[in-house]
Amino acid sequence: MPRRTDAHPAPERPSRRAPDPGPARVPPRLSVRRLWAMAAKEWLHIRRDTRSLAMAFAMPAAMVLLFGYVITFDINDIPTAVLDQSHTAESRDLVDAFRSSGYFRITRQLASDADISPLLTRGTVRMVLVIPPDFARNLAAARPAPVQCLVDGGDANTASIAINYAQAIAASYSAKAVLKGRTLPVPAQAESRVWYNEDLKSSNMIVPGLMATIMMILSALLTSLTIAREWERGTMEQLAATPVHRLEVIFGKLVPYLGIGFVDILLVAVVGGVVFAVPFRGSAFFLIVTAMLFLVGAQGLGIFISAAAKSQFLATQLAMLATMLPSLLLSGLIFDLASMPTALQLISLVVPARYFVVALRGIFLKGVGLHVLWAQALGMLLFATAGLGLAVHAFRKEIA
Amino acid sequence: MRLGGIDWGRLLEMMRKELRQTRRDPQALRVVLVAPIVQLIVFGYAVNTDIRNARVILFDRDHTSVSRELGQTLTASGHFRIVETAGRAQDLVEALDHGRAVLGVEIPRGFEGDLAAGTPARVQVLVDGTMSNTATVAQAYASQIILRFGQEHSSTVAQTATLSGGRLPGVDLRVRSWYNPNLESRIYNVPAVMGSVMMLMALLLTALAVVREREVGTLEQLMVSPLTPVELILGKTVPVVGIALVDLTVIASVAILWFGIPMRGSFLLLFFASLVYIVCGLGSGLLISTASATTQEAFMTLFMFFLPAMIFSGFFFPIANMPTAFQFVSLLDPLRYYLETVRGIFLKGAGITVLWGQIAVLALMGGAILWIASTRFRKTTA
Repeated sequence: MPRRTDAHPAPERPSRRAPDPGPARVPPRLSVRRLWAMAAKEWLHIRRDTRSLAMAFAMPAAMVLLFGYVITFDINDIPTAVLDQSHTAESRDLVDAFRSSGYFRITRQLASDADISPLLTRGTVRMVLVIPPDFARNLAAARPAPVQCLVDGGDANTASIAINYAQAIAASYSAKAVLKGRTLPVPAQAESRVWYNEDLKSSNMIVPGLMATIMMILSALLTSLTIAREWERGTMEQLAATPVHRLEVIFGKLVPYLGIGFVDILLVAVVGGVVFAVPFRGSAFFLIVTAMLFLVGAQGLGIFISAAAKSQFLATQLAMLATMLPSLLLSGLIFDLASMPTALQLISLVVPARYFVVALRGIFLKGVGLHVLWAQALGMLLFATAGLGLAVHAFRKEIA
Repeated sequence: MRLGGIDWGRLLEMMRKELRQTRRDPQALRVVLVAPIVQLIVFGYAVNTDIRNARVILFDRDHTSVSRELGQTLTASGHFRIVETAGRAQDLVEALDHGRAVLGVEIPRGFEGDLAAGTPARVQVLVDGTMSNTATVAQAYASQIILRFGQEHSSTVAQTATLSGGRLPGVDLRVRSWYNPNLESRIYNVPAVMGSVMMLMALLLTALAVVREREVGTLEQLMVSPLTPVELILGKTVPVVGIALVDLTVIASVAILWFGIPMRGSFLLLFFASLVYIVCGLGSGLLISTASATTQEAFMTLFMFFLPAMIFSGFFFPIANMPTAFQFVSLLDPLRYYLETVRGIFLKGAGITVLWGQIAVLALMGGAILWIASTRFRKTTA
């Protein structure tokens, strides 16, 4: 395939100083025209690769839909088996209380202890309630009436949520059964009010923050190959032979991808708003500024990886490792950073997505602006500078 | 597959060439070995839905020994850390707005008096809902702690409790958690890392290796060599199986020795199931390579395959919680069956009698994918 790396035959501006001792192919002044030619060449690459281009727009939308629907901590219909040895109205009431809560689906009635183990091992049920023979007698005598609750603890998260539900159901059942209409005085009670995300919807948490992850992954996918590809195909030497300045190369490669990234930012915001009704309470201008800064940083990082790796295979591996895992797991997008071990919290300090996630949630959900998020905005600025600096630095070493 | 028509000597040479190519690229080799370790550490420590040290701002309007004790009780639970004390209501709002705290607790004036008098006392809890899962858990913990605190400090409840021998009457739910008594997330997540790492390795190593040869032009050279397409495919894939099995061993060792994940089942079954699963990964990688002309295309396609495979597999979030349509899609995901197998073997000590269904589906999928891929491969190259 013919590559148009020599984007122009370079009629130079008259500003070239005569006694230029250094490498003559590095022109002293940056030219917008050359930069533009470089961007046009890169855009041609992108446009010819229709699949990557389509995916650059399909992936963000798909990710928002997938994550928005899949990530939920509301657990319903936990398959549950019951071993009722009591066979009384009271024990049936208790089972009904579990069933009508909506959290548990009673799928089996067991006859003996021996049935329990195979069901849990196969994962047919997640919970088994064992109601002993003396259950009704204990309740009538106002004694504590033990009920065994066996949980498949494999998935610790689901299990602990299920346990919480079960305990709440048991407590309210006891209150009804034992007090029979009398009310037990509650000495102290928490009155909770939830702010910013009043219904505690997972999609409100995920969708804004996901923008950071998507930008990061997209940059890795698109920019991490741009320079490695030129090295591997030998077009880099051609590029080096042209009078194009290294800054022009970097910026020229950056411009088309920034355009794609910008469209993706809008896409994520629109899909989030339309499909998941994520509120947008802050300033759109502030969002776009911080997002573009973050994008510059992420793509600079991608170009840096590309320039440093020189081979496409290595670049893909490094890009996946450097972007996907940290921005997904060490950014506070899904899992709370404060609960992690100190060492991981320290590592997360250098994950740029961490700051952007905070900014995004602030803008979307809290509606706060620069007066609160100035530190995050500064972080984005730093990241953009660092990303670009790294890219330019790594690239200079190779060409000069 | 025409196993009979293979020249084993040629095949061996082809594999040696592949291995040499991998060895010559020490950076790539390092990535192949480092990636699993990094994933293990991140998944072993980061993926945790319980909360610890959630930041709390306390607004104590009572200023009594009892209200201070409530503050200490919150901290002592380990779930909360009081980072600030507020002087006025506005401070709570600011701390939550700035994200300095995720929970604001306001103890009303007369809290101690209310408890002593048996009048219901209400503690205000403000929750930052942006991180909805943390918020849900934090809210539940705070309510429980405050409720229990009230019961311990109120005279009326103490009397009711003594009536029934120290315990409140009613259903006494005795919870026992099987397979994972302390409910540690990592016991569930670390074995699953095997699934994601081996899938990624198999995809990257086959898809990108083949596409690179095509891009650089050495695939044509291989074509004109006397190698048959089957030998070519085997030569490309068998070394990857080796690398994936090395990764499997590394991950299993780290999981058992470092993270203390219990291994209750059989290693033999684990290796067998993994082998079947790797074939699925290889086949998918080969399929991607037949559909991509450049590394860029292959990388994008690979990602569009890998990410949904991770999401639908139940790696992070249980399949049972997904919308019904998604649950059906997850039936097509090989990673789903492999995760069920690995978790079954590690946690429950499940054997072939329990897991044969999953392994059979994997084998069917692997066979089908590999068949489609190699037919396409032969067509696109020959």
